[in-house]
Amino acid sequence: MLELRSVTAGYGAFTALWDVSLKVETGEAVAVVGPNGAGKTTLMRVISGLIAPRAGEVVFDGAQIGGHPAYDIVGRGIAHVPEGRRIFPALTVADNLKMGAFLPSARKRFAESLARVFALFPVLAERQKQRAGSLSGGEQQMLAVGRALMSGPKLILLDEPSMGLAPVMVLRLFDLIRRVRQEGYTILVVEQNVRQVLKLVDRAYLLEVGRIKTEGRADQLSEQDFVRKAYVGL
Amino acid sequence: MIDPLFLAEAAINGLLLGGVLALLALGLNLIFGVIDIVWIAYVDLVMICMYAVYFIVQVYGYPMWLGGLASVALGALLGIAVHLLIITPILSSAPVNQLLATGGLLFFLQSFATFLWTTDHRSVRLTLPRLEIMDMPISVARLIAFGLAVLAMLGLYLFLTRTYIGTAIRAVSQDREAMSLMGANPQRVYLVTSAVGGAMAGLAAALLIIQYAVHPFFGAAFGPITFMICVLGGLGNMVGAFVASFIMSEVIAISGVIWSTEMGYVIAFVVFIVMIFARPGGILARRA
Repeated sequence: MLELRSVTAGYGAFTALWDVSLKVETGEAVAVVGPNGAGKTTLMRVISGLIAPRAGEVVFDGAQIGGHPAYDIVGRGIAHVPEGRRIFPALTVADNLKMGAFLPSARKRFAESLARVFALFPVLAERQKQRAGSLSGGEQQMLAVGRALMSGPKLILLDEPSMGLAPVMVLRLFDLIRRVRQEGYTILVVEQNVRQVLKLVDRAYLLEVGRIKTEGRADQLSEQDFVRKAYVGL
Repeated sequence: MIDPLFLAEAAINGLLLGGVLALLALGLNLIFGVIDIVWIAYVDLVMICMYAVYFIVQVYGYPMWLGGLASVALGALLGIAVHLLIITPILSSAPVNQLLATGGLLFFLQSFATFLWTTDHRSVRLTLPRLEIMDMPISVARLIAFGLAVLAMLGLYLFLTRTYIGTAIRAVSQDREAMSLMGANPQRVYLVTSAVGGAMAGLAAALLIIQYAVHPFFGAAFGPITFMICVLGGLGNMVGAFVASFIMSEVIAISGVIWSTEMGYVIAFVVFIVMIFARPGGILARRA
């Protein structure tokens, strides 16, 4: 479904990603893990079109999309839940979800998508009229995911979904992401919470200073000594 | 002691003036809130539209409502032109360059108007009935201007809260990158915003020309007060700008009858400076 071929990207004179190649198959959940500053967020931004790759290709559903503008890429079926949630704080929960369905194709299926999002996150239905900025961190993350689902995506990019959440909320959020997965969405997730995310996904890539260090099945990767020592904390 | 009737009359005039000022301030603030650029020449676009109404109504004899509609349309077109020709190329430049570019437009428009139409003051003379309430003469032109300004602001409010594109405009003003992830082309949202802001300038022009004469430096009379209102209300804060418009117009009108119109502006400026020290984020900003 998604394939990155030797992607190099960065900001100005700074290169954050070097020659990164990875693949996500339809129906898979894949994680990219790694320490702070490894280039995980840059990777997500290249895929969703917020920055253009300097070299290499991003192929989605057979089409080269690297360097396309973000508003074009979401129309092709990639929804990006950015780092820090980035909900519209002064808009109501309902308006945030409405904006998620901004694309004409998504607007046609608005009622259907909304029912689906409310079924996954009932708390959003209860808080529809509330300003999004007044929600708790966990609820804001649910809103960010729900807003992304409103565009009717095939692939969802989750950037650090557990960031800034209380430990109890992190567990609940991972449960919810598991349910989103069961709905048939393909997921690419970037996380620092390695232990939790490896329980969620099928495969994982380890990114370090902008390069893919290793990859493998999630259960095998969590068994590897250096991963355990460095990230899982066992 | 000043006759309380004078004060009451001044307060009413202040209120009526506040409506049109609020229209100007909201237009400027809308553009700033979304595109993050202050159109220094905003009121000079109003001046160009005032000339358009003057020519359409006073010179060619078409009815006023037609002049008003033409002014709104011209304002929207000017807004689009300013965005495409001046703002788009400098969108990612340093803020000071953006101020210089729109400031340059101000001098261009002033000189252009002087060149074409000289510095003569020109006005549209409408025959409107006289109105007196409790011995106070009320200008019907101002009353109409106030009413239409309030209607237009209500329309703007509904547009921004009830339509998809209006909600998208508010969303872009909060997080433009996140809105591009929703599938909105920011350039298109900017164009719509510039057109709406321009149309508001056009409407303000039609409402001002029935009260004031137009001349090439009209922007210098209303520009500074419009900026003061926007800053006082908190740049980008629509409700704040609305409230600040009436505070400023009342300060000007009431100190105008107590002392003089010039003194009214001086006091308005003093109020502005004091308020900026007391509430630097605007009157409605939450205290840190």
